[in-house]
Amino acid sequence: MMDLDKFRDPTVAAKLVKRIEALCDGSAAFMEVCGTHTMAISQFGIRGLIPKSIKLLSGPGCPVCVTALSDIDRMIAIAGLKDVIFTTFGDMVRVPGSHSSLREAKSQGSDVRILYSPLDALQIAAENPQKQVVFAGVGFETTSPTIIATVLEAKEKGIDNFSVYPAFKTVPRALKAILESGQTKIDGFLCPGHVSAIIGVRPYQFIPAQYQIPCVIAGFEPLDILESLVMLLEQTRAHKKGGLAFTVQTEYRRGVPDAGNPHALAMLDKVTKACTAEWRAIGNIPDTGLCFREEYSAFDASRRFDIKVEPAIEPQGCICGQVMMGLHQPDECPMFGKKCTPESPVGPCMVSSEGACAAWYKYGAGN
Amino acid sequence: MCLAIPAKIETIEGTKAEVDIRGLKRSIGLHMMPDAKVGEFVLVHAGFAIQRIDQDEAEETYKLLENTGITIS
Ligand code: SF4
Repeated sequence: MMDLDKFRDPTVAAKLVKRIEALCDGSAAFMEVCGTHTMAISQFGIRGLIPKSIKLLSGPGCPVCVTALSDIDRMIAIAGLKDVIFTTFGDMVRVPGSHSSLREAKSQGSDVRILYSPLDALQIAAENPQKQVVFAGVGFETTSPTIIATVLEAKEKGIDNFSVYPAFKTVPRALKAILESGQTKIDGFLCPGHVSAIIGVRPYQFIPAQYQIPCVIAGFEPLDILESLVMLLEQTRAHKKGGLAFTVQTEYRRGVPDAGNPHALAMLDKVTKACTAEWRAIGNIPDTGLCFREEYSAFDASRRFDIKVEPAIEPQGCICGQVMMGLHQPDECPMFGKKCTPESPVGPCMVSSEGACAAWYKYGAGN
Repeated sequence: MCLAIPAKIETIEGTKAEVDIRGLKRSIGLHMMPDAKVGEFVLVHAGFAIQRIDQDEAEETYKLLENTGITIS
């Protein structure tokens, strides 16, 4: 196998930085839409390598950060029911709901289990037929197919004590909402590599067509990110000089075929349909959620359990929503690093390891 | 959360595959990649193969980057 560590080669990185410097005329603000990019940019100190006039904004790309508080409250309530085993990816357990978190619920006696794969939840369901096993359906298009594949397997095997609390989000229409809000000046998107491994290129094409800005689907190594910035700047230059139309380009070609993963998309379409989703600190966005189709409603934990929760209480003064819309950088929040740290987070952007505030805190503001 | 890591498929049985992730052996689901073959590299996320890693594309991308020119016209 090709050594993928080559994508960290500092000599090549230096060349790419030089090229970025040469291409950069005037200021530009590019938004990375994926939490894994947010982490990689901070971890590799990309902001410190490139000209100051290029701003990298973190978008709403961390599924944990954008899970609505009311959904977290409901998941905690379901976890508290008798005979329920509540299963989830690890990132979710620390996120504070209005009154507690899944981790606190666990310490108070709820059976909350952190799993690596949703398939493990199916195993637990098969071994505990007298219990209800619920999986937290949190994630973008990278993750939702893994959970939906598990639902299909549950159906096939007749495991009916398994269900999923659907809080899935989809990316492309959320980008539209950010652009439509008109508040943030965005000169191009670094599109998420692993979401795109599933959805392919087409779902982003409305962005250059309708909003006249470039998109580049980027990988996660430092060279991938630098090269993607080169591509965004090259498109911008070709547009300015020769009036060339903006397009969606793929830098991460090794992992993203143009059509994405048709098998995964077919599974998603079989079991779910697009619906309005509530994004934490941002609000409702049409067609950015996945809800169960009627034929699969038996697997919908939000229907299986009749849960009523009080209206959610957002943490006072947290500007996470504005950070995720690209309106503010994390260190512009008065609580950043003072009242709000990874050890005692106030808002979701500091809780999740992929949140913009957590990345800035861990690797140094502005890196 | 959308982290996916490269793995090499070693054996396949139905929708399950044994893979090697930098020396670590794991069992993953091939539900989304029913035509994956032994010896291929895939991206693994949450216990599933979600996509193939195209080795030729990887080489090509790297070559392109290595030959990056600094001057622009
Ligand atoms: S630093 Fe904390 S309180 Fe401020 S925006 Fe980030 S998560 Fe919210």
